[in-house]
Amino acid sequence: MKKIIHLDSIEKRFADTVVVPSFSLSIEEGEFLTLLGPSGCGKTTLLRMIAGFEQPTTGEIFLDEKPLSHVPPYQRDMNMVFQQYALFPHMTVEQNILFGLKMKKVNAAEQQKRLEEVLQYVQLTELRKRTPKQLSGGQQQRVAIARAIINNPRVLLLDEPLGALDYQLRKSLQLELKNLQKNLGITFIYVTHDQEEAMAMSDRIAVMNKGRIEQIASPAEIYNSPQTLFVATFIGENNIFRENGTNAAIRPEKIKLYPIDSDKDKHKKLGTIADAVFLGNLRKVFIRLEGQDMTVMAHQYAGDGLDWQVGEQVAIGWAQTDEVILPC
Amino acid sequence: MKTLRRNALSGYSWLMLVFLYLPILILVLYSFNDSRINATWTGFTWKWYVSLFENRQVMQALMNSMTIGVISSVIATVLGTAAALAVKHYSIRWSNIFNGLMYLPIVIPEIMMGLAMLVLFSQVQMELGKVTLILAHVTFSMPYVMVIISGRLADMGKELEEASQDLGATPWETLRYVTLPLIMPGIIAGFLMAFTLSLDDFIISFFVAGPNSTTLPLYIYGLVKRGVSPEVNALSTLLIVSTVLLVVVAEIFRRKDSKNNQSIF
Amino acid sequence: MLNKKPVKLLALPALLWMGALFVLPMLMIAVLSFLKRGTYGQVVYEFTLNNYIRIFDPLYGQIFWDTLVVAVLTTVFSILCGYPLAYYISRLEKSTQQIWLLLVMIPFWINFLVRSYAWVIILRSQGVINTFLQSLGIISEPLPLLYNSGSVLLGMVYTLMPFMVLPIYVSLEQMDRRKLEAAYDLGATPWKAFWHVTLPMTKTGVVTGSILVFVSSIGMFVVPDVMGGAKSALIGNVIQNQFLSARDWPFGSALSIVLMLLSMLLILLYFRATKASETKEGSA
Repeated sequence: MKKIIHLDSIEKRFADTVVVPSFSLSIEEGEFLTLLGPSGCGKTTLLRMIAGFEQPTTGEIFLDEKPLSHVPPYQRDMNMVFQQYALFPHMTVEQNILFGLKMKKVNAAEQQKRLEEVLQYVQLTELRKRTPKQLSGGQQQRVAIARAIINNPRVLLLDEPLGALDYQLRKSLQLELKNLQKNLGITFIYVTHDQEEAMAMSDRIAVMNKGRIEQIASPAEIYNSPQTLFVATFIGENNIFRENGTNAAIRPEKIKLYPIDSDKDKHKKLGTIADAVFLGNLRKVFIRLEGQDMTVMAHQYAGDGLDWQVGEQVAIGWAQTDEVILPC
Repeated sequence: MKTLRRNALSGYSWLMLVFLYLPILILVLYSFNDSRINATWTGFTWKWYVSLFENRQVMQALMNSMTIGVISSVIATVLGTAAALAVKHYSIRWSNIFNGLMYLPIVIPEIMMGLAMLVLFSQVQMELGKVTLILAHVTFSMPYVMVIISGRLADMGKELEEASQDLGATPWETLRYVTLPLIMPGIIAGFLMAFTLSLDDFIISFFVAGPNSTTLPLYIYGLVKRGVSPEVNALSTLLIVSTVLLVVVAEIFRRKDSKNNQSIF
Repeated sequence: MLNKKPVKLLALPALLWMGALFVLPMLMIAVLSFLKRGTYGQVVYEFTLNNYIRIFDPLYGQIFWDTLVVAVLTTVFSILCGYPLAYYISRLEKSTQQIWLLLVMIPFWINFLVRSYAWVIILRSQGVINTFLQSLGIISEPLPLLYNSGSVLLGMVYTLMPFMVLPIYVSLEQMDRRKLEAAYDLGATPWKAFWHVTLPMTKTGVVTGSILVFVSSIGMFVVPDVMGGAKSALIGNVIQNQFLSARDWPFGSALSIVLMLLSMLLILLYFRATKASETKEGSA
């Protein structure tokens, strides 16, 4: 695969505060890369630097090996889908979608041809004469995407594009977006704070915290082999055991519960069940450890036939291979 | 007890509204009174209005007011809009300094602005007349235009302009196709406000007008100093009616498609 | 950032305009106030402090004092008239609120001169009130309602009151209603809640309104000119007179510089006051 975007020792400071400390990153052509992190972690700033709305304080961004620092946003071969869509309220759906082609002085016949294609693609043909105000949130979102992809950008930047929608709609649009990306083959750089969304859609996830990229890897790798404590606790749920200057992370679903009198070899720790929450497919069991100020969470499959009672004494254990050792 | 208090408050508020409007209504009413000399109502008449339109001095003052109003508000709107567009891109520190300078004329006593400009025009030996009036009117109305348009721009946010640039529009194309169409109601409101201020201004015009550039308020002042007359009532009524119309229309434009309904004054 | 530069230059014409027609004239006045007046009213370019010393002449001292008294009274009456009105408006439904606000705003835009003149029609000796009372036989001679300091005060409050209503309304709107509800919960009577919660929280609005009214009234010359008598001249009338009839521009400039410094001082105090109250609220 070919590198499409390369960030070389990028750093961003506002006044004297470092928002994004220096780092480098390469993004491959056709890739779906997600920048994931809590709000204020610098992911939007990073996206805006790639789009050209912010300049990195030091470092250089390359698109197809060409440096971008003197290329204004309107000459970068990328398009952005904004968080609140930023549709032009004084234009119809059609005019909104055609705006990019008009600005690039594409000839009228070509404009019409591509408009019809894109309208068909996002299923907005019937709503083409409406103004953004007359559309639902989901429809506005489609217009925003259509307005960007009609330009055949090299890279599509998406800033929390589903953030303003309700849960159900978000779920179905996640799939649609993923399919869109596969079919068009455009590189997506996607910003979100929703880890489920990131997991469901991305080829690679860059987990960000306080401006730093903590880890870049596939969703499975991020989940199974977190490299930092932040990644281990931010993605999914985790139990962290601090022992002898190291942290061991064990996912709740890897923790097994045993009655006290069973096979003692598998027991790692003893405790009392503090709470058990039934969630349909699984049961979340909270175990208060003996002699330690810590509560462990264990996911037990609801169908395993075992019934754990609050107050019951149990032993917990896990396979050595499920233990992830993290630096402090 | 609670309703009593509420009624008292509502009664008092209506009383204040009566206090604000009764004198104006009486003035309007007496412009239709047949009697010239006293306050007794002797019958309805249009004759004072007819005599206004036959009065060459009144027509000349009206023409002066209109010319000065239109020219000064066009200039104020163009300069004010351009400034508001630029200041949006300044850092907080510079925009504070710039706004401070721009809004200073709003808080300085009007009489001072008037005489300061009189001093300026006499120092550069400019003859007082329509030109000096236009220069002065632009100076005091431009800040108001800027306030209105800056409000509109702040309301719009920066996302739409970014989206436009992202789609390949240069800064000038963005201005032409996105920003200007979106702030147009604000520009119209600003223009109407500037025109109203110009049409209404007495204090500053009083200092910088010449013998052949009497505006309507200056003409009214001349008549008022000579005493009450039905012609002044009629002329004042015309000024009141046009002011009210202009302000209401400007308010409608300012609030059009705007999230911010806070009224300015 | 390079691409934003041309847009930033758009402010230049406005800046030059304000520099030439506002800042420059103000500086000229400042210079003029230190110069001498020649025998024929012309300006003599010699430095003097006499114009400022002359201000302490008891004659002008009296007028300055009168101006301050009228300005303070105008401010107080405007608060008394404006606060309840603003309070009432802030309690109305949103749509009705907009109508009331527009109604309060409209007189503000109507010409000062015309609004003062309207009172002349009502108050003069052959005016509406006197004619009415005489026709009822209550009085035989017309009452001297016009051309005194009372009528000047009435005219000032009438023309400047809208300045008070809007800032107070804004601060009432921005007020955190929960604090008021908390006061009621703790058993405060409506009067106590108003006095200890609402009023302190709307202080900024009252102060803003007071500044606007006060600054406008100390520079006012139209109302005293139209509704006042020979004895009710305020500092604004004196300045107007120095420039147009007496032709003593240096002295007129000195008077207006003092007037401006006075308003500036007030605005400065206002910023101090609001800042102090903000930090107080922040730490509470």
